[in-house]
Amino acid sequence: MRATTVNVASKTIAEQVVNTVKSSVIKVSDILMLPAIGISLFLFLWSMTAQNIHTSLGEFPGPRAVMTQFSALYEEHQVTREKAAAFYERQEKRNQAKLAKDPEYTPKIRAYTGKETFIDQIITSLVTVTCGFLVAAFLAIPMGIAMGLNRGFNLAFNPIVQVFKPVSPLAWLPLVTMVVSALYVSDDPLLSKSFLTSMFTVTLCSLWPMLINTSMGVAAINSDLINVSKVLRLGTFTHIRKIVLPASMPMIFTGMRLSFGVAWMVLIAAEMLAQNPGLGKFVWDEFQNGSSDSLARIMAAVVVIGFIGFLLDRMMLFLQRQVSWDKSSVNA
Amino acid sequence: MNWKTLLLTTIKPLLLSGAVVLSPMHMVHAESVGEPEKEELKFGFIKLTDMAPIAIAYENGYFEDEGLYVTIQAQANWKVLLNGVIDGTLDGAHMLAGQPIAATMGYGTKAHIITPFSMDLNGNAITVSNSTWQKMRPNIPKMADGRPVHPIKADALKPVVEQLKAEGKPFKMGMVFPVSTHNYELRYWLAAGGIHPGFYAPHKGDTSGQIDAQALLSVTPPPQMPSTMEAGTIHGYCVGEPWNQQAVFKNIGVPVVTDYEIWKDNPEKVFGITAEFAKKYPNTTIRLTRALIRAAKWLDDNNNANRPAAVKILSQSNYVGADYEVIANSMTGTFEYEKGDKREVPDFNVFFRYNATYPYYSDAIWYLTQMRRWGQISSDKSDEWYKELARKVYRPDIYRKAAESLIADKVVAANQFPNFSTETGFKPPQKHFIDDVVYDGKQPNAYLEKFSIGLKQGQKL
Repeated sequence: MRATTVNVASKTIAEQVVNTVKSSVIKVSDILMLPAIGISLFLFLWSMTAQNIHTSLGEFPGPRAVMTQFSALYEEHQVTREKAAAFYERQEKRNQAKLAKDPEYTPKIRAYTGKETFIDQIITSLVTVTCGFLVAAFLAIPMGIAMGLNRGFNLAFNPIVQVFKPVSPLAWLPLVTMVVSALYVSDDPLLSKSFLTSMFTVTLCSLWPMLINTSMGVAAINSDLINVSKVLRLGTFTHIRKIVLPASMPMIFTGMRLSFGVAWMVLIAAEMLAQNPGLGKFVWDEFQNGSSDSLARIMAAVVVIGFIGFLLDRMMLFLQRQVSWDKSSVNA
Repeated sequence: MNWKTLLLTTIKPLLLSGAVVLSPMHMVHAESVGEPEKEELKFGFIKLTDMAPIAIAYENGYFEDEGLYVTIQAQANWKVLLNGVIDGTLDGAHMLAGQPIAATMGYGTKAHIITPFSMDLNGNAITVSNSTWQKMRPNIPKMADGRPVHPIKADALKPVVEQLKAEGKPFKMGMVFPVSTHNYELRYWLAAGGIHPGFYAPHKGDTSGQIDAQALLSVTPPPQMPSTMEAGTIHGYCVGEPWNQQAVFKNIGVPVVTDYEIWKDNPEKVFGITAEFAKKYPNTTIRLTRALIRAAKWLDDNNNANRPAAVKILSQSNYVGADYEVIANSMTGTFEYEKGDKREVPDFNVFFRYNATYPYYSDAIWYLTQMRRWGQISSDKSDEWYKELARKVYRPDIYRKAAESLIADKVVAANQFPNFSTETGFKPPQKHFIDDVVYDGKQPNAYLEKFSIGLKQGQKL
């Protein structure tokens, strides 16, 4: 009797152990194995197909050609940095010479006039997309709250939102370009026109998901909460601050995450056409150059664009999880 | 004061002012020209090998020697580039010779643009697609070894155009801009072979340039020429390098004629700035001209000895960006027509010799005659009008100041420049055109009478 119990008990323990091992094996295979298989399958198919596509610029770049370009781009970056250092040194000397000749002269240090490297271009893109996105958030969230709180307001503006939402950045861009050149006139501009054009195009396209989600989130607040606010006779601003914002935070962040995704996609097209020295311009320039490395370099940029987009999305997801009280609503 | 302190007092300021005086990069000092009024400049260019003087002036530090901090930026197309110079986004740019002339005249965007520096001679070619070439080939006389005799005239193309027309299909070619050298060269070549390239009638609002045309010409930005032809949108094009050699490398077309053969040593690009810029910043203007002259000279020095180094710079992605071999093909004195048919054309790109950098009035007037010939200038003008406009746009006076300061600084010898005391700005009558018509810049109206295709005196569409 006793022995059997022990047996059963040990069996269950063994089973449990096996199960945990099994599940952890499954976990490991879920996290590492399967993606690894997927990626290597993709790389294999990519290099196989690439060999069979012959363009007028040579073979379509396979994974190896792209890797080579990554290191070439990094090398170029370092060479340019050295050149920049030499440039500043020469400038310093020239300024001193000028100062010696003319004591009235106020020396000025100018930024390096050479080309932007791939890494500079990535940074430019990130700055542009963030600025465009922040402007969009600054506009969309208050408007979304207003639309969510007031049914009349919502009915009045909803048609406009619905019509502008699907507009492609390419349609906005010429208009934005002309408006920026007309309104932004200065002798010593702090920000370049191409930057502003790309930024506002990003804003115009990334506005809508945030606006819609905010208004929906605000409109869907539990009526109990609204009643509490009414009982306490909260003023409009206190009501927004204490009740509306916390309650609709998950939805707002969902909207922001969607918007950031749109912003990053739009940015590349905007930079291409506005010639803002970011990743979009990099792709365009390489396409124009038509050298035998161009396709591989563009492919390298594609990988980087995808990777950054993925990281940005993860970052937003992290933020979303941090602010959300309803964890079940957050999905990867 | 003993010798030690004397030495120190002399050396100290030198040391303080840095090694400027000692470093070889700064051997050149423009003592005769005042300090630049504007030091930070932005220049635009189109991805073509003839932008080389700007790239070289930057890379060799010639701009910095003049105290100029220049940023160089590729532009999407010629219109964007011109607008950039007009609205001040760019301080100056690599321009088509026709652009400052047309802008000053008011054809297209009106703005007073001048040029103190002509950037190069020759450097363009006409390329046709492989299928067009196959149809043209039987009409071309062959040499003993079976290779076609050059220059190839448009006579060989005429039956192809006529055949297409009989089938009801249009014959289309690309050029880079309505007032580009390429447009006029392509028209010149086609018309010399009896193919009508079409008239413009701007007074009627028709700026397509396809009135009465047997060959329909349209605008395509240079870097996109090969892909547009590959897509079948056009049958051929006239463009600068490396886009003709690119067609050979990509196996999508065959360059048939270089502009050297259409008009030997024809003026090509110029460096354009606004008249306002030159007036507001006279020292800067002279200094940038000095830097460009030095760059052009470097490009042609010792029989093109520096060209391989220049090609290496141009193949960088921020300049022309095409492969070294493609750019080298035409920059180093050769030109590849059909794949494998590489011939010597030592003067395909001329940057300095033959006074290539001097802005001749007669060059400006040739462009004006072609604008009149094809109707861009819709009514008759007097010979004096042509000369007046040329004087307004081409500014040998600025060039002369820059050149004389370079002579004074002993950077360039006086015999490398035209004799300024006798130079009139008009080249003697030029003979080497593909149709053997002689051009005399002093008599533009008489010149126009010599063409069988084209508008003549009194004619208006």
